Amino acid sequence: MRTSDKPNPRLTLEQLDALARDLDAIREAVIADLGTRDAAHIRRMMRLQGRLELTGRALLYLGFLPPVWLAAVACLAISSLLNREEIGHNVLHGQYDWMGDPALNSQTFEWGSLGASKEWRHSHNYVHHTFTNVLGKDRDIGYGIMRLSREQKWHPYYLGNPLYAALLMPLLDWGFAFHDLEVDRLVRRERTWSQNREIHRRLRRKIGIDVLREYVLFPALTGPLFLSTLAANACAKVLRDLWTSAIIFCGHFPDGVATFTEGELANETRGHWYYRQLLGTANISGGRLFQIMSGHLSHQIEHHLFPDLPSPRYPQIAPQVRAVCEKYGLPYTTGPLHRQLGSTWRKIFRLALPGRTRSQAYGTAA
Amino acid sequence: MKPLLRLLASPLLDVLAGPNGIDRYLAAVNPLWSVSETRARVLQIRHQTRDTVTLILQPNANWLGFRAGQHVRLGVEVNGVRRHRCFSPASSTHQRNRLIEISATVNPAGVVSQYLKHRAEPGEILTMSPAQGTFALPVPRPERLLMISAGSGITPVMSMLRTLCDEDYPGRVTFLHYARTQADMLYRDELYDIARDHPGITLVCAHTRQRRAGDLHGHLTEEQLNSIDADFTAAEAYVCGPPGLVDTARDIWTAHGVENRLHTETFTSALTMTAPATKGSVVRFARSGISATATGASLLEQAEASGLRPPFGCRRGICSTCTSRKFSGVVRHVLTGEASHTEEEQIRLCVSAPSGDVTLDL
Ligand SMILES: Cc1cc2nc3c(=O)[nH]c(=O)nc-3n(C[C@H](O)[C@H](O)[C@H](O)COP(=O)(O)OP(=O)(O)OC[C@H]3O[C@@H](n4cnc5c(N)ncnc54)[C@H](O)[C@@H]3O)c2cc1C
Ligand code: FES
Repeated sequence: MRTSDKPNPRLTLEQLDALARDLDAIREAVIADLGTRDAAHIRRMMRLQGRLELTGRALLYLGFLPPVWLAAVACLAISSLLNREEIGHNVLHGQYDWMGDPALNSQTFEWGSLGASKEWRHSHNYVHHTFTNVLGKDRDIGYGIMRLSREQKWHPYYLGNPLYAALLMPLLDWGFAFHDLEVDRLVRRERTWSQNREIHRRLRRKIGIDVLREYVLFPALTGPLFLSTLAANACAKVLRDLWTSAIIFCGHFPDGVATFTEGELANETRGHWYYRQLLGTANISGGRLFQIMSGHLSHQIEHHLFPDLPSPRYPQIAPQVRAVCEKYGLPYTTGPLHRQLGSTWRKIFRLALPGRTRSQAYGTAA
Repeated sequence: MKPLLRLLASPLLDVLAGPNGIDRYLAAVNPLWSVSETRARVLQIRHQTRDTVTLILQPNANWLGFRAGQHVRLGVEVNGVRRHRCFSPASSTHQRNRLIEISATVNPAGVVSQYLKHRAEPGEILTMSPAQGTFALPVPRPERLLMISAGSGITPVMSMLRTLCDEDYPGRVTFLHYARTQADMLYRDELYDIARDHPGITLVCAHTRQRRAGDLHGHLTEEQLNSIDADFTAAEAYVCGPPGLVDTARDIWTAHGVENRLHTETFTSALTMTAPATKGSVVRFARSGISATATGASLLEQAEASGLRPPFGCRRGICSTCTSRKFSGVVRHVLTGEASHTEEEQIRLCVSAPSGDVTLDL
């Protein structure tokens, strides 16, 4: 099923197998070429992040000067953006496991988000990346709080759709953390509180330390500038989250992106999984700086096809992926940020209201 | 430096650094700095002979030093992948600034030694394990020492010799070294200088492929030892070289009933220690002490069949939940057929099947 009105491209089983072979070939070529350049990229990002953060923290000692305060906020916002997206998100996908550096090991890496890595690896790496855009499975569709697919049954609660989106955007990191508690599933009694106790404890600890650091210790270290530092730290996080949520909303929600049903997952082949990734995601076009600032989530399509390839490889293989899409008549949804964002927000508003639910057989052609 | 290290490792700084850890910020200032890893900067690269390379390393504050003769596991990043190889420092334990000298023979197909010889550059950062091994100069120092080495096996005994010189060792040392030719001999000039300046040190150069130069010719024999010193078994003997040399020495010392005075070391390669691919090969789960015969199924399935419960998610190579450490052996990617290298690395159990014996950290 899909939410746009265009007919769904269908592929035969043979075509799906051929699609898998073509995409596997792209992946293998990159794997064979992994090396110094990829290692240098992630190290450069980590160095840059560290330096920006140290600079931002230091500038706050002069935070009584408005331009310096603004510069500090910019440094801290960019550093925590790099830290969570270009570094954390990508390392947790195992993109740098091949390097054998314990500091870049996906299993032990703790990322710069309020949510703990362990829960993220489950809810994101496993659930979202395996069951991408499958209704009832992928909890990233509307993050359990919004209606972002026509196939989600309407309820008066969804009248607040735009409000929920607007609230989620500046508080995205908190959203990530609570997402892992699966509150929506607790309410629906699909999970029990006791199942969540361990997660709860980990989360409390991580959030506690983060709050202590950002809103007590670092402000206290600047003495009389306590409030100015506290405000700067909070602003940096909000700016980062506004930006990141704008990017990730465009990854799966613009027009042209499809959702699927659980029925389609039975005995899913690698080809069909690839197919689902291609139809379920969208890119945002932009230059190199934009790509890094989006953690390469502007290349959501390539990321979903190959979540474990180092992110700077996505723009490099994008033309090949696009050619594969053309070969099989599959859409390759992409557009500039303003257009994808406009399309996403139109949908957020439109789906606040009840709409017809259509069903359509989808996937392999008979 | 040590009090500073303690301060850096304090709980307050830990909270301030957050999940990134202090090392992220230290490395942003200087890549050598770390509270957790022993790292070393390559200060200098020298080429003593055609097929060796010598590095001078400056370790960071985490380096605890070594006993002359011990070795370290050096982590060298080759094409983005960290490779670990054992090397014995050849420097004196009293070297100023705690500098360490490594000399490596360049193996024709060697990944790390080829890299160090041809591509490494001063300034590069390597990682190091703490010093390990029992092949080391004892305390107190014995009164008489006999050191026998061949090829790059000279490194640990060179460290012993240099350390003794720095200590103005009053005893007697006989230093017998085997090199193919004079031109292949590591530390030749320095050894001649040491022998000249220290009356208690006797240097004997043996060449196996050159008749003209050298004091002795051919491989180690008891006659050679007798010709140097009829009472050679009275000394504590330190022998380092290829298995052939060490085996001969062991036979000689055992025949004299003094094998307790013989101390040996061989430079086996990490790679030659792993068994080649065979049918019905063995999957070892090192942590749980279980072994299983490879069935061709994925390592995740094999682990489960052996009663282990490694974490998993998608079971098809997407989510990396099942990523585990492989200690040794070759694995094959079940979807692409691609073979891994033999060394320690992270692998996804659900899409890896063993190709030959494999040892896992499970
Ligand atoms: C305790 C200890 C101390 C050591 N100290 C030193 C030292 O001071 N200087 C030094 O040069 N080496 C030393 N070695 C040996 C060194 O660790 C290995 O030779 C290592 O494999 C070298 O790495 P490479 O990159 O050259 O070759 P690798 O990439 O490991 O090997 C590539 C190929 O070369 C072959 N090969 C490599 N080394 C050997 C070998 N020694 N014998 C037989 N085949 C081999 C392998 O089988 C493989 O096919 C030491 C080893 C040990 C265990
Ligand atoms: S279980 Fe998901 S990658 Fe192995």
